[in-house]
Amino acid sequence: MTVISEWIIGTLILLGALLCLIASIGVLRLPDVYTRNHAASKGATLGVMSLLLGVFLYFLLIQGHFNSRVLLGIVFVFITSPVAGHLIMRAAFNTKIPLWENSVQNDLQKKRDSEKKFNEN
Amino acid sequence: MFDAIMKLSLLILAVSTLFYFYRLVKGPTVPDRVVALDAIGINLIGLTGVTSVMLKTSAFLDVILLLGILAFIGTVAFSKFLEKGEIIENDRNQ
Repeated sequence: MTVISEWIIGTLILLGALLCLIASIGVLRLPDVYTRNHAASKGATLGVMSLLLGVFLYFLLIQGHFNSRVLLGIVFVFITSPVAGHLIMRAAFNTKIPLWENSVQNDLQKKRDSEKKFNEN
Repeated sequence: MFDAIMKLSLLILAVSTLFYFYRLVKGPTVPDRVVALDAIGINLIGLTGVTSVMLKTSAFLDVILLLGILAFIGTVAFSKFLEKGEIIENDRNQ
């Protein structure tokens, strides 16, 4: 039983660390702020959630006590990390940081332009 | 075997924090640096979890929640400062 749970915990923690590495490679390599934030907020959140699930299962199955603080940490990261990503990207868009020159779709700018035209008329 | 996997995960997380640190130093714009700083906070949560598994103690697990809250508050404050130029708005300022 302990060996099986050790394998499960090891797989979860290693998968989480690898997802964090992939997210950081995305932040290193992608071309502009918006795509970099996309890599960081999704990849790092998923990686650290898997890793903390492994830590929670370790304390539950091997040490034998239910640790509610790790569960609270998982829920907190899951709620707040996309919100933080959205806020900082809205601030970046409003301070007019340009998109990558090869990007083809900019729906928010289109919406802002149509609103401005509507207000002028 | 289990200990080796934990050490490997710690190494991978350290390398990933190093990549974020490169983006934090070099990043062309301010939101780049804020994104990298937020992700470093998220990575520190993972490092704390793996360390507490390696040392077989649950004493460090309060730090996870605290780091999560601090990273979130820091990012929100930075984004509000970038957008409006002030963090806490007061009626007397206008």
